[in-house]
Amino acid sequence: MADALIFHYEVDGENFTSAGQASVQVKKNLRQLGFDPETIRRVSIAMYEGEINMVIHAGGGVADVTVEDGCIRIVLTDHGPGIADIDKAMEEGFSTARDNIRSLGFGAGMGLPNMKRYTDEMQIDSAVGVGTTITMKVNY
Amino acid sequence: MKVSELAALPEFTAVTLPDADREITGVYIGDLLSWVMGRAQADDAWITIMSNVNVVAVASLADTACVLLAEDVALEDAVKETAAARGINVLSSPLSAYGIACRLHSLL
Ligand SMILES: Nc1ncnc2c1ncn2[C@@H]1O[C@H](COP(=O)(O)OP(=O)(O)OP(=O)(O)O)[C@@H](O)[C@H]1O
Ligand SMILES: [Mg+2]
Repeated sequence: MADALIFHYEVDGENFTSAGQASVQVKKNLRQLGFDPETIRRVSIAMYEGEINMVIHAGGGVADVTVEDGCIRIVLTDHGPGIADIDKAMEEGFSTARDNIRSLGFGAGMGLPNMKRYTDEMQIDSAVGVGTTITMKVNY
Repeated sequence: MKVSELAALPEFTAVTLPDADREITGVYIGDLLSWVMGRAQADDAWITIMSNVNVVAVASLADTACVLLAEDVALEDAVKETAAARGINVLSSPLSAYGIACRLHSLL
C-alpha cells in the first residue's frame, strides 16, 4: 500500500441512543478494502468500545483510523474529564456509568478491557480536566 | 442451521430478516453490551432481552448471526428499521432466554 488511508470521524456526544455510527462506517470501509472478517471484527469491537466511551464519558470526540502497511491504527481523542486512575479504569467491572446509561446495557466495565483484548497495542494518555487520547493498533 | 430455518419454527417470529441465509454456529446469552461485545463469537445467535438501538450496533460489529429477543420483547419501529437497513436479523420468541437456549441446543 503506497499511501496510508485515513478516515476521520466526529463523534457526537449528545446522542448515546444511536452511538456507534463511526464504528459502523469503519467496518464498511474495511470491508470494501477487502480485509478479512476477523481483522474487521477486532477493529470494530475496539473502535466501538472507544467510541461509546467518548459518547457516554467524555461528551464526544474525534476518531482517526489509519490503514497502514501491516496494521490499522485507531486514535480516539476527546476533551472530556480525563481518567484519574487508568489502572483502575482498565479493571474488568470498574465503571462510573450512571443509571440512565446502564439501563441501555452499558456500564459493565468491560469496554477498556475489550479494547485491550482485541488489539495488539493500546496506549491511554489522559489528564484530568484536559481529556483523553487512546491509540490502538491492530496488526493484519 | 440457517437463520431462516429457525424463523420457520413455531416458537420464533421473524422481526426482520435481511440476511436470512446466514448460518448459526453457536449461542451467546447476555444483556450487558460490552460483555456481549467481548465474549460473543462471530456467527453466534445472540439471546437478549435488550431492545434499544445499541443492540443493532453490537450485533453488527460483533458480527453475530442474529438477535433472538426472549420473553416476547418487542422492538420499536425505528429500531426495527435500523436493523433491516444494517442487515441485522432479529427474531422474537415467547420463550425465556433459557428456553431458547435449550431449543437451540437440540437444533445445532
Ligand atoms: N474517554 C473517557 N473519558 C473519561 N473517562 C473514561 C473514558 N473512557 C473510559 N473512562 C472511565 O473508565 C471507566 C471504565 O471504562 P469501560 O469502557 O471499561 O467501562 P464502562 O464504559 O463504564 O462500561 P462498558 O464499557 O462495559 O459499557 C468508565 O466507567 C469511565 O469512568
Ligand atoms: Mg465503556
